[in-house]
Amino acid sequence: MGALIIIACFGVLAMMAEVFHFKKAITFLMITGLIAGFVVNVMEWNTFQSYYNYMFLSDNYAVAFIGLVIFITLLWVLMSQNYFASESSRVEHASLILFALSGAIIMIGYSDLTMFFIGLEILSISLYVLAGSDKKNIRSNEAGLKYFLMGAFATGFLLFGIALIYGATATFNLLEIRERLMQFNTVPGFVYAGILMMMIGLTFKIAAVPFHFWAPDVYEGSPTLITAFMSTVVKTAAFAAFYRLFSTCFSGMSEWWISLIAVISGLSMIVGNVMAVYQQSFKRMLAYSSIAHAGYMLMAIVAINQTSAGAIFLYAAAYSFASIGAFACLNAMSINGDENVSALAGIGKQKPFIAVLLSIMMLSMAGIPPVAGFFAKYYIFYSALQSGHVWLVIVAIISSLIGVYYYFRVIYTLFAVNPTAGNKSFFNEMHPAILAMCAILTLLLGVAPSLLQGLFP
Amino acid sequence: MLTLSLIIIPFIGALLCLFPGKQQVKSFALYASLLTLVANVYAFTQFSNDVSQQFLFNYWWIQNLGISFKIGLDGISILLVTLTNVLVPLVILSSFRNEFGNAIAFYALVLIMQAALNGVFVALDGFLFYIFWELALIPIYFICLMWGGENRIRITLKFFIYTLTGSLFMLLGLIVLYLHTPGTHSFDIDALYNVQINAETQSWLFWCFFLAFAIKIPVFPLHTWQPDTYTDAPAQGTMLLSGIMLKMGTYGILRWMLPVLPQGVAQWGNTVMILCVIGVVYASCMALVQKDFKRLLAYSSIAHVGLITAGIFALNTEGLQGSMVQMLAHGVNVVGAFFIVEIIERRMKTRSLDQLGGIAHNTPLFSILFMVILLGSVALPLTNGFVGEFLLLIGVYKYNVWLAAVAGLTVILGAVYMLRAYQKIMLGETTDRNTAFTGLHRSEKIVLLCICAIILASGIYPKPIMHVAQPALEEILSHVKEIY
Repeated sequence: MGALIIIACFGVLAMMAEVFHFKKAITFLMITGLIAGFVVNVMEWNTFQSYYNYMFLSDNYAVAFIGLVIFITLLWVLMSQNYFASESSRVEHASLILFALSGAIIMIGYSDLTMFFIGLEILSISLYVLAGSDKKNIRSNEAGLKYFLMGAFATGFLLFGIALIYGATATFNLLEIRERLMQFNTVPGFVYAGILMMMIGLTFKIAAVPFHFWAPDVYEGSPTLITAFMSTVVKTAAFAAFYRLFSTCFSGMSEWWISLIAVISGLSMIVGNVMAVYQQSFKRMLAYSSIAHAGYMLMAIVAINQTSAGAIFLYAAAYSFASIGAFACLNAMSINGDENVSALAGIGKQKPFIAVLLSIMMLSMAGIPPVAGFFAKYYIFYSALQSGHVWLVIVAIISSLIGVYYYFRVIYTLFAVNPTAGNKSFFNEMHPAILAMCAILTLLLGVAPSLLQGLFP
Repeated sequence: MLTLSLIIIPFIGALLCLFPGKQQVKSFALYASLLTLVANVYAFTQFSNDVSQQFLFNYWWIQNLGISFKIGLDGISILLVTLTNVLVPLVILSSFRNEFGNAIAFYALVLIMQAALNGVFVALDGFLFYIFWELALIPIYFICLMWGGENRIRITLKFFIYTLTGSLFMLLGLIVLYLHTPGTHSFDIDALYNVQINAETQSWLFWCFFLAFAIKIPVFPLHTWQPDTYTDAPAQGTMLLSGIMLKMGTYGILRWMLPVLPQGVAQWGNTVMILCVIGVVYASCMALVQKDFKRLLAYSSIAHVGLITAGIFALNTEGLQGSMVQMLAHGVNVVGAFFIVEIIERRMKTRSLDQLGGIAHNTPLFSILFMVILLGSVALPLTNGFVGEFLLLIGVYKYNVWLAAVAGLTVILGAVYMLRAYQKIMLGETTDRNTAFTGLHRSEKIVLLCICAIILASGIYPKPIMHVAQPALEEILSHVKEIY
């Protein structure tokens, strides 16, 4: 809770930068705010405090996920230093990022559906603006508008779902909803409709099949850094919210919605991975791969047992670290104007250090030991098998193999393809520090996953 | 600690490869791998010959998930580890005449490979085994990708995805086994050996595991990645793949499948035997018609390992003993054979049997060493191949006479294609082309002499090998036989 207040305050403070002329210090300001928020958040570990009339619950689940999103945002800010040093409307962007993060924090810690909705909207509206923030680029405009229209649509579904659940239970509180639903002898039909609509709204947000159509275009059109933010922080927060909602409110009716989510999960993995194979653009490939990763993470929600929360958390962490690294490279590429995978040819010779680090990111995404992605995937499989979903795991295995095909395309392009003439090196200006940091985190998490897995006993 | 040092030394060596610089990195890597061999030899001298796991190193890795870093050596492990640590220095030495671009990366990858292979053979925890199993795949992928032949990108990717398919199904199988262990689950090998699973589950788990092992070995009909990869990989990559890496598959069957899934083995053993025997004959026939010497050896390798697998699934002492001896023998012989290919290719710039010939006249030493290695792989008495194949055929014979009769063809066919290859390469008219065939260099001589010495020594006196492996193999057999 303290983290939320601090970060929201720093968001407001950032808006003042223009007026009081401390624009130059904006990165410093953000980093200070994030570190302060992170520290305060860590101090809330094991307090299990509930705030504002049971609106916000700071249990260990929330603290862990809030810590993760703040940490990822910190990595993200470090990655985008140049962006905040030069961009004309950087002040607005900085505060929007902090507001989006506040929304994410609310989405993680809510214990009331109204709070959930408010968090989601704070997050989404900030992102609609950020997606369209490259004003002169028509693609960015398209992305902003598309994201807004689709997002509004999803929000509508979600709100309708909340209303139906409220109609059946006369409360917004998660625990009370769960109890009331248990008390029904026969659950009224519109509760099912409510759950279904909330599910649709959430799967829109996490871009799972069949509600994924906006994702590739929005990811591709948005400024690369914003895409990085969307595919890491936003995804993590949305999954935390998804799991919290379904594991608390609707766990009593799980046999009904599990099969639905299992289908969504399987489809996301297959469609995301298969479509990613056909992409030439690195950015679009990552967009489709993020759909596939959403599918893997949904497996943990399908499993819904005592290991699910830890599995989602580990997976989100592993995926986010690898993503930040990959997007840092992609950002260097898009400054140069060539986002195709083929532009990576010859980097292995020119910049071996960067090539090795980027390969580690790809190995992590593909789930090859000993990096973080493998353990995360293992833990998800374990969680799903524990609940007996053998077929879903087999689908996941097959789609992982498809995934290897395109992740390894990046790797062999880096090392084994000769660059065509006129292929400039675009990693000259890029500082490998952030990439190295992500690689260290990825390796560390692969070797000692208990660091994070231990948070969810 | 002794076991751990087998993994740690090459691993640290790989990291230190960054420092000595391009010229010295070759000899540095050689020293690192030799140091591992020293540790290994020391372990051998301290090894007492019983069923127990020795030099245990057990340390919790992820305690609340029952995953431990447990490694140790028994009779089977120590032989395979020794094979690895003897062959890797030879492989490194064999590359001394090659000028690799980016030599540092090459030698670092070979050493990581050595660490991972040692890890596979000593791991006593299912999860750890899987990690090392996959870890071994990454360096070999990069070795083949960066220093391979023309079609390397396509072929190495096929190889990688093929093997990963098996691995992921094995992971599925491992997790299911793990979930069957009592209490708070555990990946410990003892827990997995004692797990109670009904026959129906064992039946499909068998295929999860067997897929992984069969692809790695490879067993017919999962062998299609193998000839391409062997042909296209750099010589050292092929040596590592064929000499050591495929032993991971046969070792996996021995250690992680027979004792864990006895009912699955009982149910499907016959099917596997038939597949193996088909593979033996098919690959031998394929080898007969190959024009490329490297490809010929790749097919002959399929035939040999098919027989090894058949010996394992015969589930009798002779079969297991034979498979153990033959694993070592095949490892040594095939590394020698692929190095012969490399030596010829360095000088003649071709491997095509039709374009070679008449080399024997100018290099008597080379032709003798080649002959010894060749006789080893066609299993002539007094070579190491004979002991292994003889025991294997007895094992298969005890299982089923007809299968043994068909599998026995491999000895005849093997002699035919190998001698034909020798004849085409070494004998015939001396022409202008092959007078250019220069004598062996020092590093080449050392490698070939070492290999020939091992072939003859273990062929004349194979008893120590069988003696070391005996108790551990009996132990495995007793696990399987419990259900009959």
